Amino acid sequence: MVGTDTSRRSYIGIARMSSLAIHLLWLLIHLVISIFFFVLKIANVLESYLISSGFLKKYESINVGKLRYLAVVVDSEDALQINKVIKLVQWLADIGVKHVCLYDNEGILKKSKDIILKNLSCVKLFEEGDEQSLRGKKTMSLEFASQSDGKEALAKAANLLLKKHLKLRSLGENQEEKIFTEAHMTEALRAVGSGGPEPDLLLVYGPVRCHLGFPAWRLRYTEIVHMGPLKSLKYGSLLKAIYKFTLVRQNYGK
Amino acid sequence: MKTERNGHVYIVCALVVLEFYRLLPLTVLSGNGGSLMRFFLRKTMETESSVTGGYRRRFTGFLRKCMFSVLSMGPVPNHIAFIMDGNRRYAKKRNLQLGEGHRAGFASLMWILGYCYELGVKYVTIYAFSIDNFKRRPNEVQVLMDLMLEKIDELLKEESLVRQYGIQLYFIGNLKLLSDNVREAVERAMEITAKNNKLVLLICVPYTSTDEILHAVEESCQDKLDHSQAVKQTNGSTDHCNQTSQEDHEHDIKVVDIEKRMYMAAAPDLDILIRSSGETRLSNFLLYQSDKCQLYSPAALWPELGLWHFVWAVLSYQRSYSYFEKKRKQL
Repeated sequence: MVGTDTSRRSYIGIARMSSLAIHLLWLLIHLVISIFFFVLKIANVLESYLISSGFLKKYESINVGKLRYLAVVVDSEDALQINKVIKLVQWLADIGVKHVCLYDNEGILKKSKDIILKNLSCVKLFEEGDEQSLRGKKTMSLEFASQSDGKEALAKAANLLLKKHLKLRSLGENQEEKIFTEAHMTEALRAVGSGGPEPDLLLVYGPVRCHLGFPAWRLRYTEIVHMGPLKSLKYGSLLKAIYKFTLVRQNYGK
Repeated sequence: MKTERNGHVYIVCALVVLEFYRLLPLTVLSGNGGSLMRFFLRKTMETESSVTGGYRRRFTGFLRKCMFSVLSMGPVPNHIAFIMDGNRRYAKKRNLQLGEGHRAGFASLMWILGYCYELGVKYVTIYAFSIDNFKRRPNEVQVLMDLMLEKIDELLKEESLVRQYGIQLYFIGNLKLLSDNVREAVERAMEITAKNNKLVLLICVPYTSTDEILHAVEESCQDKLDHSQAVKQTNGSTDHCNQTSQEDHEHDIKVVDIEKRMYMAAAPDLDILIRSSGETRLSNFLLYQSDKCQLYSPAALWPELGLWHFVWAVLSYQRSYSYFEKKRKQL
């Protein structure tokens, strides 16, 4: 009896020790990874300094024409740093991007729309038909989006389609296939005020690479790039992301 | 003179650090090149019939289980999705025939499924075929469909992973677009594996996110119509005009109604979305569901994706776990 008791106790002791050892190993692995990311961050800072000083020749002439529409997703806590957002948008306007969409999940950027526009030059609020009207001009059009343009807008568009379907049914026609098409959905989203164009490139300013609820209907073939937190905003990294985008070639499923 | 030389030294150091950070991920994570760790673990994929081969496989399996027990000290993802991109490029690189790249991709999928099962991941979603892929050459589409039929049959055999691990197969997408024989095989597979509950494998074929959203919207509209018909029948047709305007508002389609009708409602929230071959876009895959999940794009082609990429994905997920928990609580 005593023998089995002591052996059971020692077994429990060994199990506890090994569990502690494994936990410490896990913490150690994460510590090493954090050090690795810290070194990577320093290297990124150096690289963006070299790019913005003009040392790396390949970033000097970027074909911005390929980038028709750019979206920026900002983490809602970072979005409170309005001066950084203004700096970013002004850089994009200076690089020559024509259309930009600013998105944050909670709508903080939408609420600060007026402050942002007031502090920018050659930037105007997005309107339908801007792609034609701003061709050849130096002005950039800026759109603001939030969660209400994502899932909630889909629900509103669904209600519009339902009303259309009811109307056609009351006229005695069964037109289900004709109403529920992707084109009609796009049209319905535009009618509820959430129909912007699909971005070619999406820059994520936040701690994690995630699009944080950017309207799903517009994200089909968008390149999603993680830029790091907004507080470490760098002109060099921005140029590098746009340059890398110009090198991408898509098959669109074919 | 001295300050100039110092300046040159600083620039040289900076360039050395840049090269270091450029090369380090390649040695640890790349599908190409000779990383010692990769060699040690992937060698077991080649068929070895010798006794030493069996011991080596068991030893690497033991090491892998140790690694996973360390990883499970932190949060383990519940649902991982994979975009299996790069099969055709792999075939081109190795001068293989049409379809051989996809066979290699299938083998890679079996390994990854094994890793997910060992770690304790409960839901795995894979992007097997997009509705956009129907635009490919007809003979290529036919090769893929034939391969799918062959692999479904293989998976349903006794000795396959599906039986061994108790995997439930679930086919997600607009199944009406498949040819009859493929659809029948798919439905049979879902029926046979319906009782398995250790791991659910959601195979998206043929699928696009926009098609899924449209289908969910159409179904929600139909639900609302059926509901209002039923209400009208029970209430009778008195005060019809008053009721309609009130009902309209109460019976508006809401976000939860659409989410209930999504094909992916069968699975919980997505934790990690991995796209192989280094492309950073989602290509119309899980656009709606990936709003609070980690996106990861390793440079390796799908048939070259291995244990270390998987481990790195899980470690990145563990690093950002508290951020996503905070976001989910804010809802």
